[in-house]
Amino acid sequence: MITISLYKTFTHSALRKRGWGFWVGATMALLPALAQAQTEVDAIMMNKNNFCTGIMYGHNSWKNYWEGTLKRDNANLGTVSSQAIMVMGNYGLKDNLNLLFAVPYISTKASAGTLAGMSGIQDGSIYLKWMPVEIKKGNQYFSVYGIAGASTPLTNYVKDYLPLSIGLGSSNFSGRLMLDYQKGNWFATASAAYFLRSKVQIDRAAYYTTQMHYTSTVQMPNALNLNLRAGWRSSTLIAEAVLDRFQSQGGFDISRNNMPFLSNQMNATRLGVNAKYTLTSIEGLSFIGNAMFTLEGRNMGQTTSWGAGIFYIIDFNRKQKSDDKK
Amino acid sequence: MTKNKLMSSKPKLAWAILCGGLLILAACNKSLNDRSADFPVLNPLKTDANAGDWRPILLASANEFTVPAPLPVFGAPYALEINEIKALQQNISASQLEQINYWGAGTVLRWNETMRELVAKRNLAPVQNADGTYPIPSAANPFGYPEFPFSNPPYSARAYAYLSVAQYDALVACAYYRRLYNRQAPYQIDAQVKALLPANNQPTYPSEEAVVTGATLEIMRRLFPADIALVQAKADQLLQAKLAAGMIVRSDWEAGIALGRSVGLRAAARAGADNMGRAVGTPAEWAALEANAIARNETPWISLEIPKRPPMLPNFGRVRPFLFDSLTTIAIRPPAPPSTRSPQFQQELAEVKSFANGITREQERMVHFWADGVGTYTPPGHWNAIAAEDFVAARFSEVRWARNLALLNMSLMDAGITCWDTKYFYFNPRPSQMDPSIKTTTGLPNFPAYTSGHSTFSGAAATILGHILPSRATAYVAMAKEASDSRLFGGIHYRSDCEVGLAPRKKSRGLCHHPRTNGWGRLSPSRNR
Repeated sequence: MITISLYKTFTHSALRKRGWGFWVGATMALLPALAQAQTEVDAIMMNKNNFCTGIMYGHNSWKNYWEGTLKRDNANLGTVSSQAIMVMGNYGLKDNLNLLFAVPYISTKASAGTLAGMSGIQDGSIYLKWMPVEIKKGNQYFSVYGIAGASTPLTNYVKDYLPLSIGLGSSNFSGRLMLDYQKGNWFATASAAYFLRSKVQIDRAAYYTTQMHYTSTVQMPNALNLNLRAGWRSSTLIAEAVLDRFQSQGGFDISRNNMPFLSNQMNATRLGVNAKYTLTSIEGLSFIGNAMFTLEGRNMGQTTSWGAGIFYIIDFNRKQKSDDKK
Repeated sequence: MTKNKLMSSKPKLAWAILCGGLLILAACNKSLNDRSADFPVLNPLKTDANAGDWRPILLASANEFTVPAPLPVFGAPYALEINEIKALQQNISASQLEQINYWGAGTVLRWNETMRELVAKRNLAPVQNADGTYPIPSAANPFGYPEFPFSNPPYSARAYAYLSVAQYDALVACAYYRRLYNRQAPYQIDAQVKALLPANNQPTYPSEEAVVTGATLEIMRRLFPADIALVQAKADQLLQAKLAAGMIVRSDWEAGIALGRSVGLRAAARAGADNMGRAVGTPAEWAALEANAIARNETPWISLEIPKRPPMLPNFGRVRPFLFDSLTTIAIRPPAPPSTRSPQFQQELAEVKSFANGITREQERMVHFWADGVGTYTPPGHWNAIAAEDFVAARFSEVRWARNLALLNMSLMDAGITCWDTKYFYFNPRPSQMDPSIKTTTGLPNFPAYTSGHSTFSGAAATILGHILPSRATAYVAMAKEASDSRLFGGIHYRSDCEVGLAPRKKSRGLCHHPRTNGWGRLSPSRNR
């Protein structure tokens, strides 16, 4: 057994090889659903030729929402909930360069009123995560990450049906800068990302925001994301608290008793926890659980979300080595 | 692993991808192709200089209101007016040019668009009170909550109609006096005045744009009182744009505003006495609607909103129509829908459920394209938008624009009246009331099902527009059918609602030739296309 030693002594690098934290949050497609895992937002890397893949379930619901800045409920919607099943993967192109992807299937529903829920495959996303700087001093580590991402709808789902459409329909590009500091098992990670969002085509020929637009094209505001996470890391357990802020760079408020619209200014501050447990008995198998709560928002639901997932790491290096031995 | 090694090879791919992404983004132009913003400047194919002979709708005659003779063009007062234009033309800014082009596309067009915008802004049902009742918007308190108006489909159909009728009558009167006084345009009188918009060498006293605006101000201040400051600001921009463009002098404008206001007040007086004030009804009347349905041994409509909302404008069917009288409203009411106890009803309910459970993406597109629900310009507004794009291409004169929109909007209002009369006479339930498992892919309107409002509005619009632009008639009929079908696909209407709603377009075609309106109607479809 050539791989046992990997777990024997915990180091920052060894953790990289095995770890992958997840949290499920409604970041890119906000109001409608929980959207996608922000796997690119943690300071964990896969080693070269390692492939981590898994499946994640997420549940997301809200009863109260912010109509502009006014917090209210809506008896004609009751509780709006969405469920997602996501297939995800992370491949180590190099020790410090990873390729990540996720594909979610989402379904939405409202507990009251007559509006039908929607379901379908939402937006596929890929990220390149690069760690150009890693400094070790004693038991302290400092590392810098640059993450580039892109996402786009994989199906022609109905966009203009908030809050029950499964996504917002824009193609997004993101750039994120992330800093990570670790001392012993304790760590803190801070990152900021900017999302460039494409225009969206809707089924209507005209729509009103704060004025009439005689076009099917909706201009989406770009968005900023700030993410802070801190906690404890070891080879078997990662436990962290997460504070996240999503801020639209523009957009307008829902008018009184109106329906939400794609280009609303959607903001949210969320607090949550995330944990990952890696089995020592079955090598490469890990479980993930998380929960998030929206503290404050604008033109969004006050979401409570939770998720759970199972992941497995395939080490193509090892396979190669075993093959060499034969 | 050292930092140097890292920087040497591995970053290259990441940088390449990052830079590539940024390049793609730079190529993503965020501007929108807005069809309204792209409308060309109006240069009418025909001047319709004889429009002073056309029959007005509300005025007894084109010269019912007197317009005083204009200033002579050789005196000092007129010279001052010309100087005002020359001063403006000395230094025209980019934003002034933008305004000149915006209003140059057509005054009737732009005010029609403004009305659509106000409708969309205020097409929002009030939030319930804490005790579960609903406040009723009041014209006496337009700035409080609930906002006034709630510009739902019947309200807006009537608003578009009064606006178009007032504008049409104002332009007929305007044409009469323009021919009578025959005062030339400033660019004809003074060679130093440049015409920055197409010069058709028609007389300009009183100004066409001003009579339209005067009529518009009087209608909008009543129907959208909370927006009057916005409307007045637009009127001021229009005046500045037309002066700067060298198209009119100030006295053209002032005479036009006065004439337009007089006509607008005449239309407002009709609106004040057309029975709309009773359209909301009373709790006793709402209860009677339910009792009547039960007395006929039918299942009465029940609001599916939570909490239950009073039905939308149940007495709108008693509003006085433009093209026929209220007795005719009753006479042309379609026969009863299938009883909820009939096999046909069960079959139609099952059909609705089949669409609710298995809608295709193309059907969803239709549902959303024609939804025209909360926060939109409503189905009548949608048909105005459709008409406007075709009218732009047809290059109608201002007066012909107004006439054609008046024809369209009187038809839409009267279609709304017959539809609402039918809905509240039969007071039948929506599919989701009969089968709560039927979920809808668009908002469920808060009024009875039969007949479908979308179908009735669309049938009327397609018919009259097909008369105005025969080359588009087939396309309009297809659009109306799609609008009608979309309500069945969306799970909010039975097939009978849609088919019977669409059918009266035959009737409304006949009604254009109703004896009471014949003289006016004859001006329209056949001779005066």
